Amino acid sequence: MQENNKNSISIAVASGKGGTGKTMLSSSLFNSIKNKYDDVVLLDADAEEPNDLLFFDAEEISSTDVTQKIPVIDVNKCKFCGKCRDWCNYNAIFLLASTKFIKLTEELCHGCGACSVACEFGAITEKDASLGSVKNFICDGKKNLYEAKMHQGVMTPVNVIKAVHKITNKHKIRIIDSPPGTSCPFIHAVAEVDYIILITEPTPFGLSDLKQSISTLESMNKKYGVVVNKAGLGNRAIYDYLSSEGIELLLEIPFDKDIARKYSEGKIISNFKPELAKDLEKIFDYLLNKYGNSSN
Amino acid sequence: MEIAVISGKGGTGKSSITAAIANALCNVVLADCDVDTANLHLLFNPEIEEEESFVGAETAVIDYDICINCGECMNYCRFDAISKDKNENIVISDIFCDGCGLCEKICPEKAISMLASTDSKLLTGNFRFGKMVLGHLAPGEENSGKLVNLVRDRAREISKTNNIEHIIIDGPPGIGCPVISTVTGVDYCIIVTEPSLSGLHDLKRTIELVESFKLNFGILINKADLNDKINVKITEFCNQNNYNLLGQINFDTNFVEAMLNTKTIGKMFPESESYGMIEKMIEKVLQSLSES
Repeated sequence: MQENNKNSISIAVASGKGGTGKTMLSSSLFNSIKNKYDDVVLLDADAEEPNDLLFFDAEEISSTDVTQKIPVIDVNKCKFCGKCRDWCNYNAIFLLASTKFIKLTEELCHGCGACSVACEFGAITEKDASLGSVKNFICDGKKNLYEAKMHQGVMTPVNVIKAVHKITNKHKIRIIDSPPGTSCPFIHAVAEVDYIILITEPTPFGLSDLKQSISTLESMNKKYGVVVNKAGLGNRAIYDYLSSEGIELLLEIPFDKDIARKYSEGKIISNFKPELAKDLEKIFDYLLNKYGNSSN
Repeated sequence: MEIAVISGKGGTGKSSITAAIANALCNVVLADCDVDTANLHLLFNPEIEEEESFVGAETAVIDYDICINCGECMNYCRFDAISKDKNENIVISDIFCDGCGLCEKICPEKAISMLASTDSKLLTGNFRFGKMVLGHLAPGEENSGKLVNLVRDRAREISKTNNIEHIIIDGPPGIGCPVISTVTGVDYCIIVTEPSLSGLHDLKRTIELVESFKLNFGILINKADLNDKINVKITEFCNQNNYNLLGQINFDTNFVEAMLNTKTIGKMFPESESYGMIEKMIEKVLQSLSES
């Protein structure tokens, strides 16, 4: 395969620990390459607390409602047999047959449809319930920003994260700002990407959470590398770990209060640190060549 | 009395501050509800007395000796978890499987069963400021809200049997189910934020959440000197809405230094301004609780 054949890749920026610089890195990476390659988009998949849009002067151009099915129980048709309750694995249906009382707890429902399949009396139909939205924004004349946002009170951002992936999967180059942690939201944000950049900080908390992220990614057979942010803070334990495990260290970003200050104002760091922009460009080229897909 | 320390945004200093609160109160039940990436045990190295496995979410598994490859399960699955591989065999992705069990029930051959993971753990033990309960979610595991509930139940039991008044909870970031499980029914929420646009944005979402549960809460600004303008903005935001501003802590590398020595800032730098602020804050919280 020719190196220059490659023109598409999805790269997620993730971290077990929060506040290590995910959004800083994904916005900087996106800005460093968006004019160099064709069809580059940035996805904010941290649907519980999406922040990427704070860093861009962007205008919303479209919004897609993300929904799930919720059962509607017709008590006139219901025989209170309890089959729907037995089939519900989420304990979302409460039934007291003796008093002919049946109630759905919407927050517990995952919309799997088991109850409506279970019901033999046609008493259960389904309606759509809104979970959040995927919005597309235009910035500098390009429709290249997407934001997944979960509604308040919704239990899990997973459906909204899956939706932003589905909506954007035709784009050639995707940078995905992932949610923190190592459980379901993180897993769905990275499940179908080609590569994951794990960003961490050289502290005991940073190292512990990095190990968690890595064991999750290993169990998923994913390709990943590490960026150490706030280098100089903390100690060397993280570097010892990376070299003993043979994990690729992609970049170190020095601890710098000026970066933190600019970032706090909603500024994209690579715009102020040309050396960072150059490093990120280089890393991207390297990842595209190594893990990207050919144009056909 | 249960006090939860949360913050929508990660990395604001929740865990370091929670640890310092435990230090200031001396005798607490400390519950680490950030079960996804628990950290407090790194500072306290608790002596574990009890370890139980936690039965997590179920995943569907196909018995290929029975499966006739009819594809009926594929038609019913709403989580895009069932597909055909290159050899046209039905496969279930344990990543996408939500554990609803519908495929198991509709399979005409009874070839699918549900398997629960038992790799996640609930640990309880002693540490230098009392008792500690922590959840440890296995990599890639779901159902963190359920584990959080278990951690809190256990913490309450321990608090009762050992007659320890205060339960201090370190919460996960975000506003989803593990956070909701962390704050439901607590007596007080300390929301830790930082003066950045992201911090303010996430603070607002977190306040919406705790208000929807009608919880008592106060706000602590960490790294307050990071951005004076936004710090003022957050302060004004609190004043305008009559939110309780518990205090401000300046950016302080002593937190990192203490962490490197597996100590709390209170143990290592008891005279530091930051620790003084935390002591004052917790006093304020306890006072407001005794008044209510």
